[in-house]
Amino acid sequence: MTDATNGMAEYRIDPDAGLEFGMYTLGDHLPNPSTGERITAGERVREFVEYAKAAEQAGFDFFSLGESHQEFFASQAHAVILGAIAQATEKIKIGSTSTILSTSDPVRVYENFATIDLLSQGRAEIVAGRASRVGLFELLGYDLRDYEELFEEKFDLLRKINREKVVNWTGQFRPDLRNAEVLPRPQDGSMPIWRAVGGSPASAIKAGMAGAPMVMAHLGGPVSSFTHTIDSYRDAAQRSGFDPATLPVATAGFLYVAETSQQAMQEFYPHVNDGMIRTNGRGMPKQLFAQSTDPRSIMNIGSPQQIIDKILYQHEQFGHQRFIGQIDFGGVPFEKVMKNIEIIGTKILPDVKKYTARNGSEQA
Amino acid sequence: MKIVGLSGSNVGATTRTAMDYAMKAIQEFDPEIETRLVDLADYELMFSDGRDYVEYDGDTRDVTQALMEADAIIIGTPIFQASIPGSLKNVFDLLPVDAFRDKVVGILVTAGSAKHYLVAEQQLRPILTYMKAQVVQSYVFIEAKEIHRGQIVGDDVSLRIERLVEDTVVLTQAYSQMRSARESAYAF
Repeated sequence: MTDATNGMAEYRIDPDAGLEFGMYTLGDHLPNPSTGERITAGERVREFVEYAKAAEQAGFDFFSLGESHQEFFASQAHAVILGAIAQATEKIKIGSTSTILSTSDPVRVYENFATIDLLSQGRAEIVAGRASRVGLFELLGYDLRDYEELFEEKFDLLRKINREKVVNWTGQFRPDLRNAEVLPRPQDGSMPIWRAVGGSPASAIKAGMAGAPMVMAHLGGPVSSFTHTIDSYRDAAQRSGFDPATLPVATAGFLYVAETSQQAMQEFYPHVNDGMIRTNGRGMPKQLFAQSTDPRSIMNIGSPQQIIDKILYQHEQFGHQRFIGQIDFGGVPFEKVMKNIEIIGTKILPDVKKYTARNGSEQA
Repeated sequence: MKIVGLSGSNVGATTRTAMDYAMKAIQEFDPEIETRLVDLADYELMFSDGRDYVEYDGDTRDVTQALMEADAIIIGTPIFQASIPGSLKNVFDLLPVDAFRDKVVGILVTAGSAKHYLVAEQQLRPILTYMKAQVVQSYVFIEAKEIHRGQIVGDDVSLRIERLVEDTVVLTQAYSQMRSARESAYAF
């Protein structure tokens, strides 16, 4: 992977600098299970901006926000919130996890994010996903039967717009484009566009075949099963004529740190369990959660040292370029999220960078 | 404790007769148990399209929600074409893969022929275990000739249903105690 530095420049990633560390929020707006109280939607969207600012100050590389249109979410207009974040920050990269491309017009998505890129002076990224919910298809006027094809067509178009200043395009789900200029252009002419992938190899293979960088979400499970997904992604990319050394991989999942692993589990479990019951209709089994501090489990929960060990182990297994953690799910109080960001910045980030940078003792 | 009886066919009275008897037997065994009989003949369910169960509405949401909230389920099914009816398979398809985690499931089968005895063993039990159910070891197999005009005619069948009910309730209590013992060992 000697040419990796140049190869990933398109995605503004420098693998030599070590594993990028980020924070993401789905944009959920859930009550705090210990009080039963829920902050207002206004308070919640302003929290996202505060978290981004704090993450920047703590030295995080990336902050992102998801789009969801269902009950218990506040980030329907995620691009608008990211605009506010662009204004409130100076150097942290910002993006979406994910933009639901299937039910949007790629031209409008590109216009929004290119604008965020200009506001932020070249820091915006798009992560495009297919939606794990179907309610928005009804809300926004799309047919669920087109689920696969809507995404594939729109993802192709979005990437074409990113590559080509003047676009000629024909498809099923939006009017043709004839010598169309999609404006504004991002600061450097193009911007990173990633494909969101659930944990399964099938979805990762599609990203590999498209030669698109991948953000792989992981809820829970053993590290090794996700290694398999990432390997499948790189194999598929290789077979489709892309050099995997040019395709960054990001992983995304729960992250919660406290002084001790016991405290981390005690504080975080009620939020995860209650939040999942409300948004998925079923909670997190305690037995599964109890394994979350083990290095073999992909959930990054525990003491600072445990988190460092887990992330380094995952890096050794995955060879990925970015990890982003979901800290604020299920109504975690503002002060707790801020405390997490602070501990990560002071105790976790320095070691992660030290051991994953090219000149460090670990392989980058 | 909440027990849902799921009568898995859109047609016919044989399975429903056996299920009515089972629901009555639960009440007699322990009147404290909250019961609900869901006879698929009374509901208009959508075919599963892969969405999460919380995103359905109407009868589909009502039935899936009831099953998800149950502590135990007794499934009654006829055998059609040497298998379970499509209506029952659709209910499984509507639910998440781990829908029966921490639930006990008892099985009661009605069939036109004794040749269908192993259908539940070979086709229904694997689905239930895949979906993480604790399946009650013995199931009740009822030949149609044992039910006449809405009544169970053989002593044997009614006694076996009562044993299935008892096994289901006792196992549900036992698993629930085991789970709370284990979970109280976790300090979170």
